[in-house]
Amino acid sequence: MPKEHANWSPYDNNGGTCVAIAGADYCVIAADTRMSTGYSILTRDYSKICKLADKSFMASSGFQADVKALQKVLSSRHLIYQHQHNKQMSCPAMAQLLSNTLYYKRFFPYYAFNVLGGLDSEGKGCVFTYDAVGSYERVGYSAQGSGATLITPFLDNQLKSPSPLLLPAKDAVTPLSEAEAVDLVKTCFSSATERDIYTISKGMFGENSTGGKQKAQAAVAGDSVEIIILNANGVRRESEPLRRD
Amino acid sequence: MDEVFPVQVKIMKVDFSGLESSAPLYGGNDNLLSDGFADAPSFDLPVTSDFDGFQKASVQMVKPAKGTTTLAFIFKDGVMVAADSRASMGGYISSQSVKKIIEINPYMLGTMAGGAADCQFWHRNLGIKCRLHELANKRRISVTGASKLLANILYSYRGMGLSVGTMIAGWDEKGPGLYYVDSEGGRLKGTKFSVGSGSPYAYGVLDSGYNYDMSIDEAAELARRAIYHATFRDGASGGVASVYHVGPTGWTKLSGDDVGELHYSYYPVEQAVVEQEMTEAVTA
Repeated sequence: MPKEHANWSPYDNNGGTCVAIAGADYCVIAADTRMSTGYSILTRDYSKICKLADKSFMASSGFQADVKALQKVLSSRHLIYQHQHNKQMSCPAMAQLLSNTLYYKRFFPYYAFNVLGGLDSEGKGCVFTYDAVGSYERVGYSAQGSGATLITPFLDNQLKSPSPLLLPAKDAVTPLSEAEAVDLVKTCFSSATERDIYTISKGMFGENSTGGKQKAQAAVAGDSVEIIILNANGVRRESEPLRRD
Repeated sequence: MDEVFPVQVKIMKVDFSGLESSAPLYGGNDNLLSDGFADAPSFDLPVTSDFDGFQKASVQMVKPAKGTTTLAFIFKDGVMVAADSRASMGGYISSQSVKKIIEINPYMLGTMAGGAADCQFWHRNLGIKCRLHELANKRRISVTGASKLLANILYSYRGMGLSVGTMIAGWDEKGPGLYYVDSEGGRLKGTKFSVGSGSPYAYGVLDSGYNYDMSIDEAAELARRAIYHATFRDGASGGVASVYHVGPTGWTKLSGDDVGELHYSYYPVEQAVVEQEMTEAVTA
């Protein structure tokens, strides 16, 4: 009898793109809201961004079932941390916890590609970028997921900061203002996603004015980009409606 | 006179801890939420009849970064350690700013080649073990001891798909120390190593320019030049050439240069000799 091959896989790829940019006193974390499998769109309104602590947000693409499991582990670990230390975990601490959590499933990985964004203890923006088994790096900006190969070169071109490894060190902070960074993120999704079927592009429905009432709401129904902006004043959420093809 | 003394029940506890395996526990990871300080890391494994096949497929899925150039050598004044900073997945450069020289403690460095997560995690783990050794024994661990801790861990996972090629460099009571350790179980003591896809190029420069009696500046320049030439010939290496020195007072970072800019310092653009100046055409 010929060897039977497994016709079932524990993994699926639900696509999606995540972007984060760190500034001197802010951090922008964004992800599209489409979830798909193969050519089928499962939903146009799925948030890929998860609040892990007051000042850390994780955006994840890949297999959303694994992502959900990962989010649950991290939030329960954070609850225990709060009971033990009576404070919120800092973003760099959460970054290492995420790395360890991913590596502890080294032989049965979470199929999740994450970007962690937030503010560090000095209030500076920080972005950490990961692979599926937990290697991580602090960077000025990062893109992960199906559109990463389209967006990363664009970000390199627009805001290439000097490498943090250089000695004598050069200032590596992203030179953009908060508003410019948010605009750049929207541009990223609209330009790069023109060529990625697993992300969607804005345009058909035009610009959306983000009114005061809308801020409190999560992503509106329909394909969109969900954007979280963290700064000294707190957290703000924006969303851009997008074409539905 | 009879007095009833409360009988103190003392049960001698037999210490079985010496019988416990130092190898990591496999299987269910139920204590994940209890605390973050499990004695030995334990890993979730899939329930499958074909573990090897699954392992192969999942390693493919998270394809580790392969291309790298790292080197380290011992000379008169200590150990010189250098590396590039590129990470690639196939033909795609996934990062140009990877920290491939890992600072284990102020006296010890590790280099990273192979799987990024495997190297990062186990070096972090080694850092913890070295600190615990320091607290238990009131003295710093030797480079020999530290490299053996790492080699033993990696050997316990042999055949399970870890990918690590590292050099442990440091300064201990015996002076400078340098070991090569890999995930196949190898552990070699030596004075000159280079690891990664760019290593043949780095060895070429290193072997031709090496001299035990070099000054720190000369050794740093040799290391930097070896990394530069490796990044020039090896497409999978590039980014920033970082150079560290480990001496009796611990490590210091000596330089970090973009290899693109290094190229022009090694090979300045020469002004081409103009044979004939162009002149304005005479209009009729």
